[in-house]
This record gives sequence, structure tokens and C-alpha cells, in this order.
Amino acid sequence: MSTAFKESIHTAVNNANLTGALGRFSEAYRTGRAKAYEGIDFEELRGRIAEVKGYAAAHLDELATIFTRSAEARGAKVFRTKDPKAVNRYVETVARENGVKSVVKSKSMASEEIHLNAHLEKAGLKVSETDLGEWIVQLAGEHPSHMVMPAIHMTKEQVADVFSKEVNERLAADIPALVKRARAELRTKFLDAEMGISGANIAVAETGSIVIITNEGNARLVTSLPKTHVVIVGVEKLVAHFEDALPILTALPRSATAQLLTSYVSIITGPSPNPDGSLKNLHIVLMDNHRTDMSNDPAFKEALQCIRCASCLNVCPVFRLVGGHVFGKTYTGGIGTILTAWFDELKKSEEIQGLCIQCGNCVDVCPGKVPIPDMILELRRRLAKEQGTSLKEKAAFTIVNNRRLFHTMLRAASTVQKPFAKDGFIRHLPMFLSDLCEFRSLPAVAEVPFRDKFLKIEQPRSQRKVAFYAGCLIDFAYPETGEAVVKVLNKAGLEVIFPEEQTCCGAPARFSGAYETAAGNATSNIDALLKDDVEYVVSAVPPARSR
Amino acid sequence: MPSLYDTFKLRAEAVSAEVHRVETREKALEFILDFLRTENVADARQSRAVWVKGSLLDGIDGARFTERIPGLTFDVTVDAAEASKVGISQMEWAIANTGTLVTDAAPVERRLASALPAIHVAVVPTDALEPDMAAVFTRIHPRQSGYISMITGPSRTADIERVLTIGVHGPSRLVIVFVDELGRN
Repeated sequence: MSTAFKESIHTAVNNANLTGALGRFSEAYRTGRAKAYEGIDFEELRGRIAEVKGYAAAHLDELATIFTRSAEARGAKVFRTKDPKAVNRYVETVARENGVKSVVKSKSMASEEIHLNAHLEKAGLKVSETDLGEWIVQLAGEHPSHMVMPAIHMTKEQVADVFSKEVNERLAADIPALVKRARAELRTKFLDAEMGISGANIAVAETGSIVIITNEGNARLVTSLPKTHVVIVGVEKLVAHFEDALPILTALPRSATAQLLTSYVSIITGPSPNPDGSLKNLHIVLMDNHRTDMSNDPAFKEALQCIRCASCLNVCPVFRLVGGHVFGKTYTGGIGTILTAWFDELKKSEEIQGLCIQCGNCVDVCPGKVPIPDMILELRRRLAKEQGTSLKEKAAFTIVNNRRLFHTMLRAASTVQKPFAKDGFIRHLPMFLSDLCEFRSLPAVAEVPFRDKFLKIEQPRSQRKVAFYAGCLIDFAYPETGEAVVKVLNKAGLEVIFPEEQTCCGAPARFSGAYETAAGNATSNIDALLKDDVEYVVSAVPPARSR
Repeated sequence: MPSLYDTFKLRAEAVSAEVHRVETREKALEFILDFLRTENVADARQSRAVWVKGSLLDGIDGARFTERIPGLTFDVTVDAAEASKVGISQMEWAIANTGTLVTDAAPVERRLASALPAIHVAVVPTDALEPDMAAVFTRIHPRQSGYISMITGPSRTADIERVLTIGVHGPSRLVIVFVDELGRN
């Protein structure tokens, strides 16, 4: 782990604003989300989304071609490219050709992925984000820390400071007043801008439509007031048919912010009239940037089913402690780790992948049925392979590092426990750690291990024998559990054998991407446990995750 | 079973919209006039009103209103909408289970009146209520409209400290008037 990464985690877990805001949000989110989904069969709904998006991911090129044809038939200009730099150049050219000086933007993750703002500013354009949270982080010179709530890491005092600097006037840390001021400031920018840039939540191939959802209403202004509108959309947002947008529009607001629907949904197909009666100059950029590569990789193609609701962040126990900035500049949380590995480079995920503790919370809530923890394990495996370090060493290394990380988290959690004490988060933390595997949990090591204690247990002889697999947890930390198991089995008329050669279950190696080490552990254990003629193999180790 | 209107009202009010219902077109016009007076609409910046003509005004001389409400105009431009406190427009469909209004917003004045002023008054035929979005999708399609707009409650944000704040870039109030007599579109 690099010093910079360690420091960023340390800063994050000691930032009481951040952990407080994230903690409060994730509690409210759980109940809010459940309420928003009342009367809806979530499994059926996400089955439909996975089907629609899975189909699209398997037919990216075909759907992009259909989209291009449909959108151009309606009068839009479509630009398709695999190269992120070409997107920046294209937007700059459109700006030049239309005499654009200032640009207003509604949220586009795709544009953040390719650092479009920096490119346009370098070309002399004035670019303003208009989503309130995005504008705040832009003015602060920071990056979004959450895909749906970009400025969740900042306090109203910090926002007041940032706004005050922008308007050259001391503003009070009063949220409604700050919002009102932002409205007035940005309204002028909307009215002056010659170009609006937006993202899209969905792109419909058969109609050439783009669907944009917002709560603030900024996208309606971005797409209505300036004469030129450029949409930047990743090809993974494509769906085949208009009706395919329905399940996504049903799940996205519910999963993202626990709303039944966002305040605004705009479905734009071809240029509509400008306020002066002319037709909009509408450009749609279909950006690939490794999405097609991803769709061709069986281990990662399902990541394209993501609808960017960020619910995986909202239920992630690690995200709740460290926030988004630790993850990098664009995409955050578990899905962000995966997207960063592909859209940026595998190496960029090297440190952040280690944050996943494989608890599986995100799997339960993902509306796109993306197996995030499995993909992170696969990233680990590929990173371990790519780096070519001794796998055993690598595994040991990761554990030590992570263990230190979790100690830091525990310490931090206890210092900022006020917001959490009530909801039992502190109580839960050691639990999810022990869920993981014995090596990363934090029980004290027992004075006498089970393997020694076992030798002194007097058992009634029996013809019926079972082999007992203790695992490191019972063997070294909780030997009394092992003794109890023997007692119970004896009572059932069974004699217990403890094969001495049994070893670590392999979970630590597996969770660190050292699959070959894990496989070695498994082989040793199977050999050891089946050496004696036994009826059953009994284990009392809680499995990390059933697979 | 609650009626579609009851469900709509419940859902829309839960997201801070104001929901009213009148029987006749005449009563709807009276409601709007009263509303403009209560809001002190006048011929001054930020106090004006813009009204996008819809079927509610069919066969009615607009002068009847502009004479009584100085500052009201039916000529919806960016400048007029930007200087207005109230924007009035008609919406063609409503979704009961989410409290949502839907319109073909390709005509830009419909977007200006519902996006720029602080208050948006939306006139909706009561018969235009559909149970859910799937039903509305059978009535409007991108093939017929280049800009479909859905509106659910006023503009909102929670971007500062997760505190819900109403009225960012769009209206801070959404006043919905269902009119029984308007019939289906």
C-alpha cells in the first residue's frame, strides 16, 4: 500500500463530517429505499433490467449502429468513437464552429471520465457545472466523492466559504440561502451560455432518444436555453427499445435516492425548437472507452448492466467509513473500482480493490444484478498475476496491510461513534470482519490451541467416526467452540478424529487474489480429512460467503 | 380502491406539490385568476406571469385576463418567462402512482413556462390520469414528440449536507389544477 493511499484513508476515517454524513445517509437510505420499493417485486424488476441491459451489452455495436441511424434520421449528429481524446477534440471543434464562449453542463460521468472540462478550459472556454453538488466541487477544485451526491463530504460552512469566494461576498452557512444564491448565480450562466453539455441515463436505439433524469431541473435548462446541445453518453447506456427504459426508470430513482421518481425526466429525440424558433444544434457522442472490451470479457461483461444508481456505495460498510475520494477521481465504491480498472487502467485499481471485504451487501441491492464482489476478486487475481510476485508472499502482504487498515478503521469508528452508537454499527463492525475469514478478524489468540486441547479430551469409543475441520478460527482463537462440538458429536454416538495436517481454509489467499495458494490449501485439507475412514467431515467455521 | 385522482393527490403531495380539482373550465379560469391575484402578479420584474395556451383557453379571448392582470402575457419568450413569478401551462397526461405530470414539451414555450418562473401552475384534464408510467408510454412515444417532459413535484436538491431544499433551478412551487370538464386529449 502506498503512503499516499494510506494517508487518504487515514484522512477520510478521521473526517467526522464525512463519516457523520455518510453514516446518517446510509441509515436513512435503508428505510427510505425499502419504502420506495413497497409493492414492487424487486427480484422481478431487476431480472428485467439485467435482461435488457445484458442484451444491450452483448449487442453494443449493433445497437450503436441502430441508435446512430435513428438519431440521424431525426436530425441529430452522432459521433462514435473508442478514443476518449477524440471526444474532447470533437466537443472542442463543435464549440469553435458555433462561436461558443461559455458552456453549461448538467451531470455527465462520461465527461468526467475523460476530463472534458479541463480540456475545454484549456481551449479558452468557460465551463460551469450546474448540478449543485457538481458546481460546489468544481468551485472547490475538488472531485465528486459520490456518484449521486458529489459534495456529500462537505459541510455547509465549507460550501459557504467556497460560494463566498466565488461571489466576493461573505455568505452565511444557511442552506436554503446558499441554494437560492446558487440558483441566481447559475441562472445567469444558463442564459448566457451558447452550448449545453449533458450526459444521459438511457439511450434508446430504436428511436434515437436520450433520457435524462434530474431533481434540480438543470438538465431542462441545459437542453433548452443554449442553441447547441452536446450529449456525451457511454455506449453501455444503450437499450434496444423505448419500453426497455421503463424498468430502469422504475428502479433508478428508488435505488439512488429512495424516490418514486425524480422531479424531472426528459426524453429527447432529435432537435427541438430553440426559444428563437431555430432548431437545436444537437450532437450525440457515443463513447466506448473500453466498454466493448469489457463486454467481450466473460468475467466483467455484467458490469455493463450497472445503471449508476450508486446503491452499492450506500450499503457498503467500507465506503461508509472512507467515503469516495479514497477511490480516485471519477467512479467510486465497489462498482467504481471495477470501472476504474477498465476505463482508466487495471493498475489504478491496485490499491482500492483491497478495500472490498466481500460482505456481499451490494449484491443484495444491485438493480442491475452486477456481481461486484466476484469481479473485485477477479481483479485481485489478475493484479496478482500481472505483478508476478511470489503468490504466497503477496497473500501474506495483503493480509497484513488490510489488517492494519481495519485496525485504523476500528479506531476511527470508536472515536466518531456518536452517530453510530444508536444503530449498532460498532456492534456490527467486528461481525463483518469475522464474516470475512479468521485471518482478518480480531479475536485474541487463545493460550492453548484446539489441536493441543483435543489430545486431552477423553472420548467414548465408537464405530462411527467423523473428521473435524476446525479452521484457524476455532483452532487458534476459539478452542472452546471446538470442545463443545466434540461434546455434541459424542452425545450423538460419534467419535471425533482431528486430522493434525489440516491447515488454513485458504480464504485469506483467495480474498487476496492468490488463487493458486488457496487451491493448494484446499488440496492439503482434502487429503488430510479423507485420510482416515470417516462417515462425515464436520466443520463449525462460519463460511465467509456461500458460493 | 382509491381513485386514480386520490392516489395521484397522495403521491404528489408527498413530494410537496399542491393539488386542486375543479369541475368546469370556468371554475379553473377563476381559480387561476384568483391565484395570480393572491400572488400579487403585476407588471414588474420577477412579478409577471406567462401563460402557454392550451385547450382550457380554447375559444376564449385572452384579453379578458391580460386586462385584469397587468404583467400577464400569453407571449412566452425567454425574457418574459425569466421575468415572471408564475408560469402556467397545460399538461396532457398524469401518472397516478408516482404523482407525475407528462407533456409533449417539444414546443419550447412549454418548457420555458414550467422551468424558469418560481411557481409553475399546471392545468391537467382529470381524464388524463393513467395508473402508471407503462400506461402513459402507450399514449406518448418519441416518434410523436421530440421532447417528452415528466414533472414530479417542484425542483429539489439535497446536495448540501443531505438537507432537502426545494427550488433550485426549477420552480419552488408546483400547483396542479385538475379540470373534470376538459376531457381526454
